Amino acid sequence: MLDDNNKPVQVKADASDDVWQSLKERAANLMASLEERDYVSANNVIQDLNELRDNTLYREVGKLTRGLHDAIVNFELEPSKASGTDSAEGESQMANAKDRLDYVINLTQTSADKTMDMVEEGIPIASAQAEIAKQLQLDWARLLRREMQVDEFKGLAERIDGFLAQSIDGNALISQKLNEILLAQDFQDLTGQVITKVIVLVQDVEDRLVELMRVAGQIEELTGIVKDPAAKPKTNKQGLDSAPEGPQIHADKREDVVSGQDDVDDLLSSLGF
Amino acid sequence: MKILIVDDFSTMRRIIKNLLRDLGFTNTSEADDGQTALPMLQNGNFDFLVTDWNMPGMTGIELLKAVRADARLKDMPILMVTAEAKRDQIVEAAQAGVNGYVVKPFTAAVLKEKIEKIFERVG
Repeated sequence: MLDDNNKPVQVKADASDDVWQSLKERAANLMASLEERDYVSANNVIQDLNELRDNTLYREVGKLTRGLHDAIVNFELEPSKASGTDSAEGESQMANAKDRLDYVINLTQTSADKTMDMVEEGIPIASAQAEIAKQLQLDWARLLRREMQVDEFKGLAERIDGFLAQSIDGNALISQKLNEILLAQDFQDLTGQVITKVIVLVQDVEDRLVELMRVAGQIEELTGIVKDPAAKPKTNKQGLDSAPEGPQIHADKREDVVSGQDDVDDLLSSLGF
Repeated sequence: MKILIVDDFSTMRRIIKNLLRDLGFTNTSEADDGQTALPMLQNGNFDFLVTDWNMPGMTGIELLKAVRADARLKDMPILMVTAEAKRDQIVEAAQAGVNGYVVKPFTAAVLKEKIEKIFERVG
C-alpha cells in the first residue's frame, strides 16, 4: 500500500561496514600497543573504541528515530498533512473517513425513513380498498341470490361505481409509492463506493502501524529496552463474557456465537425455556 | 395491551412498531435507551416490553435487571430483540429472567411466534 513517497523506512540496526573496519583497525592497534607494553597508547585506543561505540549507537538510534517520525507523519493525522484527492481542505484522512461513514449512516437512515413513510402511507389505502371490496362482495352475493330490492340495487350500483373510481386512484397512489420505495434504494451504490474507500484507508493505516511497530522494535533491540512482561493484556476472564459486540460478521467461524434464531431457541430450551 | 419498544435506532423501533400493529397491537410507545425507558415503565402501566441490548446510556440487559429488581414491574414479560449473538449473552439474559430472545436480522414470523409464545405462557 505504500507508494513512492511513503516507501517503507529501511533502517539497519547492526553496525555498517565502516564501523567494522574501524573496529578491526583499532583492535589491531590495541594488540600492537599491548605487545609493546605501551599502556598510554593502549588506553588511548580503548578510549577511542568507547567513543566509536557511543557514536555508532547514537547514529543508529538517530536513524531509527527519524524512521519512527516519518512513519508517524505518514499517518496524516494532522490536518496540514492531508493529501487525499477528494478530502476537504485542512481535513485529515481520519476525519475524512469519519465524515464518509457519517454520510453512509445519513444516506441509509434517509432511505429507511423514506421507505417506511411510503409503506405506512400505502398500507391504509390498500386496507381501505380491501374493506370496501369485502362489503361489496357480500352485497353482490345477495343480489345474485335475488335477495335485493330495486332501490337497494340502485344504491349498490352507485357504490360499485364509486369503488371502481376509488380503486383506480388508490392503485395509482400505491404504484407511485412503490416506485418511490424503489428509488429510495439508490443509497446502496453510493454507500458501497464510500465504504470501499474507507476500507482502503483502514488497510493503509494497518500497513503503516505494522511499519511503526517494526521500527519501534528495532529501537528497543538496539537500546536494550526490555519489554515489561506484566504489560501483556490479561486474557483469562472469569464468568460470562457478555460485553456487547453488535452484529456478528463471522458467526459461522465462532464457537461462542449462535448462527441464527434456531440456535438461540435450542440454547434457550437447553436452559429449560 | 400497552407495549414499550426500546431501541436506539429509530428505524428498528419503527419496524417493530409496524410489525406489532400488524399483529393487532396498536398501543405502543418508544424509548431510545434504558435510562429513558425505566421511568416510562414505572409511570406508564405498560404490559409488555420489547428491548434491544446494545444501547448508549443504559443497555437492554441492565434495563432487564432493573425491571426484575423493581417490585411493581418484576413480572412484566420482556422480549429481547438484538444483534447480540454470543451464547454467554443469551445465557445471561435467560438468567436475568428474559421471556424471549430474538436475534437480528429477524422475520415478522419469528417475532409473531415469540410474542404469541410469551403470552401463552404468562396467560
